[in-house]
Amino acid sequence: MDGITPDLIILQLFTGLALGAIYVLLALGMSLLFGMLTVVNFAHGAFYMLGAYIGIVLLGIGLNFWMCLLFVPLVVGSLGLLAERFLIRPLYGRGIDYPLLLTFGLSYMMVECVRIVFGTQGLPFDTPELLQGASDIGIGYFPTYRLFVIGVAAMVLVLLWLFLERTPYGLIIRAGARDPQIVRILGIDVGRVWLVVFGIGTGLAALAGLLAAPLQGASPEMGNSILAEAFVVTVVGGMGSLVGAVIAGLLVGVVVSMTSLFQPEMAQVSIFALMAVVLLIRPQGFFGRAGLMS
Amino acid sequence: MATSKLTRRSVLAATSILAMPAVLRAQDATIKIGFPVPLTGPYGTEAKDQVACAQIAIDDFNAAGGLAGRKAELLVRDDKLNPGEAATRTLELIEKDQVNFIAGSLSAAVQLAVNNVAKQRGVIFNSISQSDQITALPDWSKTTFHEAMTPHLTAGAVGRYAFSKFGKKVVFLRADYAYGDEMVDGFKATGASMGIEVLADLKHPLGMTDFSTLLPRIQSLKPDMLVLCNFGRDQQISIKQATDFGLKKTTKIVAPILLYTSRVAVGPAAFEGVIGGTSYYWGIEANTPSAKIFNDKYRKANGNKLPSDYGALGYAGVRSILDACLRAGSVETAKVVTALEGAKYDSYKGGQEMRSCDHQSVQSVFIIESKSKDMINEYDVFNVLATDAANADNLRSCKDEGHA
Amino acid sequence: MLPAEFVARCKRHRVVLSVVFLLIFPLVMPFKAIAVNILIYGLFALGFNLLFGTLGLLSFGHAALFGGGAYACGIAIVHYGAPWWLGIFAGLLGGMLIAAIIGALAIRTRGIYFAMVTLALAQCVYFVAYQASDFTGGENGLRGIDVRDINLFGLHINFVDPLNRYYVVAAFVAAALFVLSRILASPFGAVLEAVRENEARARACGYDVRATRFVAFVISGGFCGLAGALQALHLSIVPIETLYYQTSGLVVMMALLGGMGTFFGPFIGAGVFLLLENLVSLWTVHWQLVVGAAFVACVLFFPRGIWGTILLGRAK
Repeated sequence: MDGITPDLIILQLFTGLALGAIYVLLALGMSLLFGMLTVVNFAHGAFYMLGAYIGIVLLGIGLNFWMCLLFVPLVVGSLGLLAERFLIRPLYGRGIDYPLLLTFGLSYMMVECVRIVFGTQGLPFDTPELLQGASDIGIGYFPTYRLFVIGVAAMVLVLLWLFLERTPYGLIIRAGARDPQIVRILGIDVGRVWLVVFGIGTGLAALAGLLAAPLQGASPEMGNSILAEAFVVTVVGGMGSLVGAVIAGLLVGVVVSMTSLFQPEMAQVSIFALMAVVLLIRPQGFFGRAGLMS
Repeated sequence: MATSKLTRRSVLAATSILAMPAVLRAQDATIKIGFPVPLTGPYGTEAKDQVACAQIAIDDFNAAGGLAGRKAELLVRDDKLNPGEAATRTLELIEKDQVNFIAGSLSAAVQLAVNNVAKQRGVIFNSISQSDQITALPDWSKTTFHEAMTPHLTAGAVGRYAFSKFGKKVVFLRADYAYGDEMVDGFKATGASMGIEVLADLKHPLGMTDFSTLLPRIQSLKPDMLVLCNFGRDQQISIKQATDFGLKKTTKIVAPILLYTSRVAVGPAAFEGVIGGTSYYWGIEANTPSAKIFNDKYRKANGNKLPSDYGALGYAGVRSILDACLRAGSVETAKVVTALEGAKYDSYKGGQEMRSCDHQSVQSVFIIESKSKDMINEYDVFNVLATDAANADNLRSCKDEGHA
Repeated sequence: MLPAEFVARCKRHRVVLSVVFLLIFPLVMPFKAIAVNILIYGLFALGFNLLFGTLGLLSFGHAALFGGGAYACGIAIVHYGAPWWLGIFAGLLGGMLIAAIIGALAIRTRGIYFAMVTLALAQCVYFVAYQASDFTGGENGLRGIDVRDINLFGLHINFVDPLNRYYVVAAFVAAALFVLSRILASPFGAVLEAVRENEARARACGYDVRATRFVAFVISGGFCGLAGALQALHLSIVPIETLYYQTSGLVVMMALLGGMGTFFGPFIGAGVFLLLENLVSLWTVHWQLVVGAAFVACVLFFPRGIWGTILLGRAK
């Protein structure tokens, strides 16, 4: 293992955090849906992919990247609202299998629709001009855009935390996650809460997709592989736990990054190995409640 | 007596009625060529172009009168880029549609799957995607043909050009599968005699979406050249991210194969200055007459568009088979195999030869560079820097491949 | 609705009906190879459903059992020159062995975590097979499973012939179905249901819940391994995709589509899925849109799955 210096290891750690930031955004949405709606959302990767493509559409009609950061989650989140209202809602209370099967079918449809509209081979997505190039972070040069991704993820985390902890609506959502029945008995329309949660979850996925697009371009299949990785993060962190999603997301990012340094071909399997080890030692993940959905 | 006579007559009549269409069928039956390609999935664009090009070969053959009046027909099947699906579709083509020949495929795993099914049933298969293994034992069979280039040939050609021009300190980054391994082996075989120094040889998992974890290390090694032995999305993303990391300032990026569609998907900026090889680029028409003829046919059939690299192979794969049928005067497998073996032809890219011992098409490789300015049309994305002439010595020898 | 008497008669002669169905099935399919695929995936889905439908354990790692069987069969034939019947036996054992390893680790967990542990372990199996390319062919898949003739008790069968191939596979599938139905009807089958319905009560009755789960997992592995071995013989290759997590996802979908609470449901789900995919992909490259829409419609309007809905309709 020649050429591996302490500086390189620290740089690699940083790369892992940038990678983890995207995982965190995806896993947060997924964990919200898991924890509150008991929906295993197989279409989460498709919403992620849609985020990148809606970004291309909005850039095409003259919006800039900064406005996309706001509007893409709104547009895709609204599509998520529609999906919840008309497709998922009839399935509540029927067990976890049905939403799973439905979102699986939905993701097939979404990917194919994107192929029909935008073609099969993917589209270019340039890094916004202001964020191109690399910045000196003391130990070496690091792509500016990746620093930006870490920043956006951190900001979203703070906003989400404020929303959940400091607003009355957040209180209802947290209560609904703990015990939906009691919330309903207290006379609160849980259906509307769930609708909003689904919108937030899919909006976060879209934001992650938009942020990933300048890194890898947009392609119809981009959501497929990351879906499995996002599942891993969600499960390792503990289903329904937002803190867990954040910690596990960053951890998975760092694990992938470090394996890439020493044994690159194991980068993908390393996260599954991590999940197996974590679950065998602690079956409910880091912060999950035991026995959920059993 | 009367009844027996009647019976005999009716039997005779019945036999002749039954027999007549059979005789007619033998004469007029169309020549069926099965064509499994991945119409769905990430290479759908290439696959559709392969179908369009193959159809040109079929139409030409039919317009010229076919094989003594027998017309050819293309049976397109979607293999979904999945070897299991490809094997099933090949079984369908052979068992239900009773095709005479099979051409197609767009991945190493898929072509080996199709080949395995076809050879078990003694059906000629002309593969049009890259693999070093299909021409070698144990995969190869008497009915296996390989129209595409091999990784060994491609990497060798690109290596000969690049190592002599851009320096000797090389980092390889390969996708962890046979294609990546074969390409790296090809580069190393060529580089050994040219005195290259391999600073690192890194593997990444197939289908990786983030190379940022590998790039800092590559950067710290300060190579003259980064050779990316991966394909499709892997190649697109790795080139884009290497550009974002500023690697191009100090390092030349080289890939064994540059796809037209990849260049379009990632855009001119990221691909700017990347060097690679290709089996076909429409721009060679300036000094290759057969390419000009083929391009013109394509322009006419497809509203002035131009064929892609892998698309053109669809034409070549089908045309080789049909030409061999004409030479053999038959569609019988044994006769067509004999007609294909050792055939010298120039159907679209200059002179080629189907080497007898391993059924590999000996052909030229074009060295191209991606450009971002002075483009005369949307298809004008590469400059042809050099042509690595067709030469059997650049292929793996038949002995290395296990042939007697 | 069918007259009750007729239905009762059908029920009484269901073995005969099944055999007749298997005999004429390839003749009504678009082509023989897909009929064989349906049998194989049907068996795979039934093996999966032993865990999912009967025991209530959702596994996302069944690709490892199916693929494990396929590779065991293929490797035995390609690398060790085993005859076809030994290959099938190797597939059966291979499936059970991998099931035993994964099961021993995974039965500690429950619910969605069980699904995820099985998924993770199956991905590790995939990775091992991917890396052991000298044995498995790696990403290119295992080739050369060249079984052309089957000799059995002096009977000589040309296995390349599509109809023969179908009937050989059908014989194995029919035998497996019979064994499975006997297992479900046995006291062990009753224990499985007891564990699914009320774990605490089953434990109170003196049943070892963990051991029951483990044994069911291994038996499931046997059926899936057999299906994998048959696929290896049928396609003459083992694609690495067989072990990928999407294969696990596929079998879950097939079981749900057909109706997980029924015996034949998963089989029918496999058939409908494969047929739909094949027929639609013949006339449009956008088959995924149609298949996806069919899934969504199925969940919304036939939540018990196709077979479950038919059975329910008849019961009314």
